[in-house]
Amino acid sequence: MTSAPAGTTTTGTTGTTTAPAPVATPARRPAVRLRGVAKEFVPGAPVLDGVDLDIAPGELVCLLGASGCGKSTLLNVVAGLERATAGSVESRPAALMFQEAALFPWLTAGRNVELALRLRGVPRSERRERARELLSLVRLDGAADKRAHELSGGMRQRVALARALAQERDVLLMDEPFAALDAITRDLLHDELERIWRTTGRTVLFVTHNVREAVRLGQRVVLLSSRPGRVVREWRVADEDAERLPGQITDHLREEISRHAR
Amino acid sequence: MPADTTAPDAPPDPGTSAQGRVPRSPDLAGVEAGLDALQTQPAPARRGRAALSRLWPPVLAATVLLVVWQAVVWSGVQPLWNLPGPRQVADAVTSAAADGTLWEALSTSLERGVLGFLAAVAIGTPLGVVVARVRWVRVTFGPIVTGLQVLPSVAWVPAGIIWFGLSDATVYFVILMGAVPSIVNGIVAGVDQVPPLLRRVGQVLGAGRVAMVTEVVLPAALPGYLAGLKQGWAFSWRSLMAAEIIAVGGSIGFGLGAFLQQGRELADMSLVLTAILLILAVGIAVELLVFAPLERAVLRRRGLQAETAS
Ligand SMILES: Nc1ncnc2c1ncn2[C@@H]1O[C@H](COP(=O)(O)OP(=O)(O)OP(=O)(O)O)[C@@H](O)[C@H]1O
Ligand SMILES: [Mg+2]
Repeated sequence: MTSAPAGTTTTGTTGTTTAPAPVATPARRPAVRLRGVAKEFVPGAPVLDGVDLDIAPGELVCLLGASGCGKSTLLNVVAGLERATAGSVESRPAALMFQEAALFPWLTAGRNVELALRLRGVPRSERRERARELLSLVRLDGAADKRAHELSGGMRQRVALARALAQERDVLLMDEPFAALDAITRDLLHDELERIWRTTGRTVLFVTHNVREAVRLGQRVVLLSSRPGRVVREWRVADEDAERLPGQITDHLREEISRHAR
Repeated sequence: MPADTTAPDAPPDPGTSAQGRVPRSPDLAGVEAGLDALQTQPAPARRGRAALSRLWPPVLAATVLLVVWQAVVWSGVQPLWNLPGPRQVADAVTSAAADGTLWEALSTSLERGVLGFLAAVAIGTPLGVVVARVRWVRVTFGPIVTGLQVLPSVAWVPAGIIWFGLSDATVYFVILMGAVPSIVNGIVAGVDQVPPLLRRVGQVLGAGRVAMVTEVVLPAALPGYLAGLKQGWAFSWRSLMAAEIIAVGGSIGFGLGAFLQQGRELADMSLVLTAILLILAVGIAVELLVFAPLERAVLRRRGLQAETAS
């Protein structure tokens, strides 16, 4: 199963780099559509080269790859923080979450969320209420007045998630958001993320280099090769034998890595 | 629970877990709340005792200094008119307070110091933001500002007197030349130390140029800015004293520097020591009453200061 998902054919838009307006035809148009995306920081040494990827609206896709293969770069390109050197990038508006919560330390948790609302133009009168709702969605009802340093790592990430959700973007890009957390907390956050994904209907592109995490969360797992980064394989988790899938993916990942030893 | 409820457009269904394989914990919210409680400590409630325990060491040190001073005076290595004891200085302080010169000098200098400092803040803050954020300004004027900070502001007194005569303008000019570079450098240092990640977050959240400065960069740079303000005040106060000692007469009022200079002219060591102690006292008082609490509050709010009580 290495092909792109069915039903994502679009016509005549390859080559544009602007985010398409949401279309009326229900959901056949991907939320994120990458064609031949390349990125090089140093000329002649492409980090990404020829990345093709479609993500359907509402889908949760895990992007897996070795360290340094360009996962973060790809997310930044989709988020518009970096420009692709070549190829076309179409994405609905996207919010981005980092490995560190990166909360503003001078603001309380509630104010961090409110700032996102404010920069989006939400009127002052609605912000506080809306921020409470979002914090409540990530089960941090009592934490609005706490500052980042008073929260545990998992709680900080949940505030960061609430802040990202506050942006009301269709697409949520997550760059190893749970990598720095302990295993117990991470397990819980997997459940949380899944619940929130289901309640909000967002399209999620989740970067990780943890195979089990990818299989646990993703409807689809996409493997990115290293130097240059390119989509080499993907698995539709529901179709596979759940017990054997992590081992299978790990084998591919190792193979991909050891290619560079030669 | 079927194993394939995972079509991309499946309606939200909070009850099922992904792929229907992962056992759903019976009470996710409960587990999570427990974990949150375990991983956060309630803030320790202590205040008054900490303030007390911070107070006594410097008081003790001052007492020791007084005792040593008195001991030296008693040992008689210097005649009393050359090295007056705490007693004589205390008398000089009371008599200066009684005839009003002390209050006049104190209020004149404080007023100028505070006004000059506020003016320096008003000028230095926007200047600092521009130097920190605009590349070409920084490249061209940055080194000059740093150089000015190293230049002792006494050096500006003669120039001030030539340009502005013996007037308050000279005093304020010297204060500004002393304090503005410190404040500018404080902001620049603060802005440089803003973690790039926070700027990226600002960018991701959609902050434009202005919002980036007001909502992200400046708040993040606040600790550096405060350090710059503190140094700016110190330079203001020093510059003011330098100016007041050198520039006496004209329309320049009677400040602490003039008070000190008067002691010298009268060869009255008690007066000289009184003036020095007053200048020192103002410096310590402003630090303890204004900057230290401000800095503590800012750092504590950001969790940047260890909660050490003693
Ligand atoms: N701004 C940049 N300038 C130059 N090179 C860069 C830049 N950003 C990333 N790179 C290079 O691009 C490559 C991919 O980096 P990237 O951070 O995207 O990898 P990653 O897959 O996210 O790795 P990790 O798993 O460690 O997070 C690395 O070799 C990195 O050195
Ligand atoms: Mg990365």
